[in-house]
Amino acid sequence: MQFFLEVLTGGLLAGVMYSLVAIGFVLIYKASGVFNFAQGAMVLFAALTHVSLVERGVAPLAAFGVTLGAMIVLALLTERLVLRPLVNRPPITLFMATLGLSYVIEGLAQSLWGAQVHGLELGIADEPLEVGGLLLSQFDLFAAGIAAALVLALSLLFNRTRVGLLLRAVADDQLAALSVGVALERMWAIVWAVAGFVGLVAGLLWGARVGVQFSLTLIVLKALPVLIIGGFTSIPGAIVGGLIVGAAEKLAEVYVGPLIGSGIENWFPYALALLFLLVRPAGLFGERAIERI
Amino acid sequence: MLFSQAGQLSTSYAQDRRTWRLRQQRWAMAALLALAAVALPLAGTDYWFSAILIPFLVLSLAGLGLNLLTGYAGQLSVGAAAFMAIGAFAAYNFQLRVPGLPLLASFALGGLSAAMLGVVVGLPSLRIKGFYLLVSTLAAQFFVLWALTRFGWLSNDSASGVITAPPLRIGGADVGAPAGRYLLTLAIVVPLTWLANRIVRGPVGRQWMAVRDMDSAAAVIGIPILRTKLLAFAVSSFYLGVAGALWAFTYLGTVEPNGFDLARSFQILFIIIIGGLGSILGNFLGAAFMVLLPVLLSNLAGLVSGGAIDPGQLENVQKMLFGALIILFLIKEPAGLARLWHAAGLRLSNWPLRP
Repeated sequence: MQFFLEVLTGGLLAGVMYSLVAIGFVLIYKASGVFNFAQGAMVLFAALTHVSLVERGVAPLAAFGVTLGAMIVLALLTERLVLRPLVNRPPITLFMATLGLSYVIEGLAQSLWGAQVHGLELGIADEPLEVGGLLLSQFDLFAAGIAAALVLALSLLFNRTRVGLLLRAVADDQLAALSVGVALERMWAIVWAVAGFVGLVAGLLWGARVGVQFSLTLIVLKALPVLIIGGFTSIPGAIVGGLIVGAAEKLAEVYVGPLIGSGIENWFPYALALLFLLVRPAGLFGERAIERI
Repeated sequence: MLFSQAGQLSTSYAQDRRTWRLRQQRWAMAALLALAAVALPLAGTDYWFSAILIPFLVLSLAGLGLNLLTGYAGQLSVGAAAFMAIGAFAAYNFQLRVPGLPLLASFALGGLSAAMLGVVVGLPSLRIKGFYLLVSTLAAQFFVLWALTRFGWLSNDSASGVITAPPLRIGGADVGAPAGRYLLTLAIVVPLTWLANRIVRGPVGRQWMAVRDMDSAAAVIGIPILRTKLLAFAVSSFYLGVAGALWAFTYLGTVEPNGFDLARSFQILFIIIIGGLGSILGNFLGAAFMVLLPVLLSNLAGLVSGGAIDPGQLENVQKMLFGALIILFLIKEPAGLARLWHAAGLRLSNWPLRP
């Protein structure tokens, strides 16, 4: 039982890390209906820029600011060069465009900063902490705290500010928002910039965890089952989905893995997401789309 | 003038429905086939066969397979490489474990094995579509690679799942030399392309396109949606499976499961985006682009800097260029290179007048 609980909490905390990436997706999907495959590349770009600046002697806080600026510029360019010309195209086309965008950003990140693996120190000791008889990773708890703060900040932004009101209007009905004078392009740029900020936070936490390297782009693939389970349009859904995927993945690895072989965490989340899809096609918290299939 | 259709009138529906309605088109096609089957094997060098022509043909076939599913039937898939892997490993195992099985039969069996997996992966398309279907194909992508690495039997217990193709013999003739492997690939790709052309112009292809364009309307006019989708998955996977077998047997000779990773799936997807979704010709144009651009880039870099650019940096530039081209094509020419080709043909047929 003790062991089961430890695996479970370990999985839940790892799931928080998936949620962090998934939130970036949800933001963009809500506001522009784009499934942004480039989120993983944005995470890599942000983490790589930050860590390279720090290695060149820039103070961590200043590096964070500069990287945030870079992410905002990236968001503006994306809106201008990719989204605006593709307005009103089918979602599949936009998805494929973000696939191309992810190649551009990955290539840019690596040609600017090189392809080697960087270590990243955030100043949090990764020592196990004993809470009520369970050994928990201090770093994971820190990450969970950051995720909670991020969700709080985002919900404040969405529910308590004028920009948030506009963003919700765009998410609700693009055409109606446009007709009452919401500047759609500006909203897209803002939401991509916010997603860039979320990507930066996710990149720093993931980078501190596994090292800043190319494989960071692959976490985008882990976020997909999270989104399917939680629903594409819900930030709480992204959190819950992340927790479910993290916990189920670890439990499956520990309890099912020995039966059929190790390494099943690569595909298990997808199988799980597929099961969820067959039961609840819109995810746990997603808006139910009424359409024929 | 050269491409004029003056005087070439169709006198029956059968004539009008031909793939190449113009005499010039038929001549050009015959000339192209003669060039590919006779002139190139005589004139080509080993480098051309192994590094350009064979991968071009195999990638064209793979693009064709994915295009049948994504371009014609409208089901997005990012698991193309998984079906290629199944085709390669199934062909290898049939060749290994069934003594005396002809090479071509094992390719076909590899394709059929991939088709069976394709039907299973396609089953969720009954209930889900669009992005959600990505999950199904991604699950296949990761599960297949995991299974191929995990179960040693599939690769005859070799280290890290590497398989090596047996000597290639067709009816006693050795086709292991580069020119022979090229001809073997060509002899498989050309009939399969012809078949695909027949399929998409026949009732099945029409049904696929109806489902792609609007599935409720397709259902209303009596098209069985699930069967049509599953057929698309099966046929597409068969093509991808054969392409995978060719990739392993005639192109590389030795492959590991990770040679069929997600990056390969994206490569195939890019071929059909650049070449043109819903076009047979587009796959060949896209594959040619995909094979030639890196060669061109590295030659160009060598020419400009005399080898001063480091290969890693060149790879990054190539990646950015590919990504930018994808976006550019989606914005400027969503129907891809094939559309440009047709536009050029149209201009040519009216030249020197404006179209």
